[in-house]
Amino acid sequence: MDDDQTLTARLAADLDGAFEQFVRANADGVYSVALRLLGDAHEAEDVAQETFVRAYRSLARWPKERILELRPRPWLTRITLNLVRNRARVRRPHTQPLRDGTWVAPEAERPEVHAERVEATAAVTALLERLPERDRVAIVLKHVHGLGYPEVAEALGRPVGTVKAQVHRGLAKLREALGADDSKSGTMADNEVTR
Amino acid sequence: MTEQTPTWRETVAGVRTLRTRAPATLVPDVLAEVGIADGYASLPSPIGEVLVAFRRGPDGSDLVTMLSPAGDAAVFEHEHLARTGRPVRPVREAPAAVRRSVHAGRPVGIGFDLARQSPFERDVLRKAGEIPSGEVRSYAWVAREIGRPAAVRAVGSALGRNPVPLLIPCHRVVRSDGRIGQYAFGSPVKRAVLSAEGVDPDELELLARKAVRYIGSDTTNVFCLPTCHAARRIQPRHQVRFATATAAAAAGYRPCKRCRPVAAVVIA
Repeated sequence: MDDDQTLTARLAADLDGAFEQFVRANADGVYSVALRLLGDAHEAEDVAQETFVRAYRSLARWPKERILELRPRPWLTRITLNLVRNRARVRRPHTQPLRDGTWVAPEAERPEVHAERVEATAAVTALLERLPERDRVAIVLKHVHGLGYPEVAEALGRPVGTVKAQVHRGLAKLREALGADDSKSGTMADNEVTR
Repeated sequence: MTEQTPTWRETVAGVRTLRTRAPATLVPDVLAEVGIADGYASLPSPIGEVLVAFRRGPDGSDLVTMLSPAGDAAVFEHEHLARTGRPVRPVREAPAAVRRSVHAGRPVGIGFDLARQSPFERDVLRKAGEIPSGEVRSYAWVAREIGRPAAVRAVGSALGRNPVPLLIPCHRVVRSDGRIGQYAFGSPVKRAVLSAEGVDPDELELLARKAVRYIGSDTTNVFCLPTCHAARRIQPRHQVRFATATAAAAAGYRPCKRCRPVAAVVIA
């Protein structure tokens, strides 16, 4: 929250000077949400780019007071979700499965670790795809983007309690499904941080 | 372990693996698109692969800021900062107008950012841009046309600092003695570009060695620079060659209004 306030203060004072940091701070989150909801790396990059371009054009038009009141992460997420929805509508949702295993390796990662992660990612992606849309979006915003529950609620325009329930229900289904599939739960467990 | 249902924590950790690093080009793409920073890309051109930097102008048009032979990206970025005062980053895709222009080797729906050039340099580059494809002019011609007839050497320096060679056709300016002269991409490339545009550099040098500076037509009594399109349409049997404008004037010829081989004052 403090970070958000510093950021909005800088954006309000010097949009062009502060905007790059704003994009960098949110690039992974916005891109990941687009990727996991659209399932296509190229489309996800388009949506992420368009999200920030729209954000910039709005900020450039707005008076300072409005920027200062802004909660940047839910606001950006709403823009992303709108763009995702527009594309999904064109593409006919639910008929096309998510493309599995999209994962960009950090430069230093060893190939075998990368391979494991791709496998684990593929398994979770496939299962996530089977969840109802509402639960899926809530989980992606909470755990892939890393938003807090109030932020997810704001981005989705749903009460916090509803969002918590959706995330919880979705995760429970995922957990069950991962347990039912031996090979996939194996790769997931390998990937887990030691407790 | 693998046969059991994963713990709650393991499930969350699994979902978190779906967080993905955004492609490295995302930030530069955004900054270039909104006009905060310049972007660049490697693009095919008539003289091979080149690095081209661009940004969105205030009116939404695409401005090309720098063009260099393909080479070290870090060197290009450093030079861009030094020349324009703005950082530049590689983007996923250049704007369509920029791609079209570089592919064609001439500006198609783009502008240039010459804010860092002096007014004199801008005049020189703008004048070079008026030279039609398939023709050449001399450094002295450019100097005279922009109203600075004594600044021939300065014209040469200004063209040498052309930030956007190829698209601003400094290659169409050659030495008065007919030699092709220097080029950002090297003299051989300058010859090749001119050849591709329909100028024969060997023939140009040959004419200069024979002290032929102007070509006239004995049917129209007009004299031109050798590469002027009007001069090249003259039938060989009607061609008259001159070493100096004075000789042409003495023979009763007037200068071509298209290629303006001599200053207007001389005509009177």
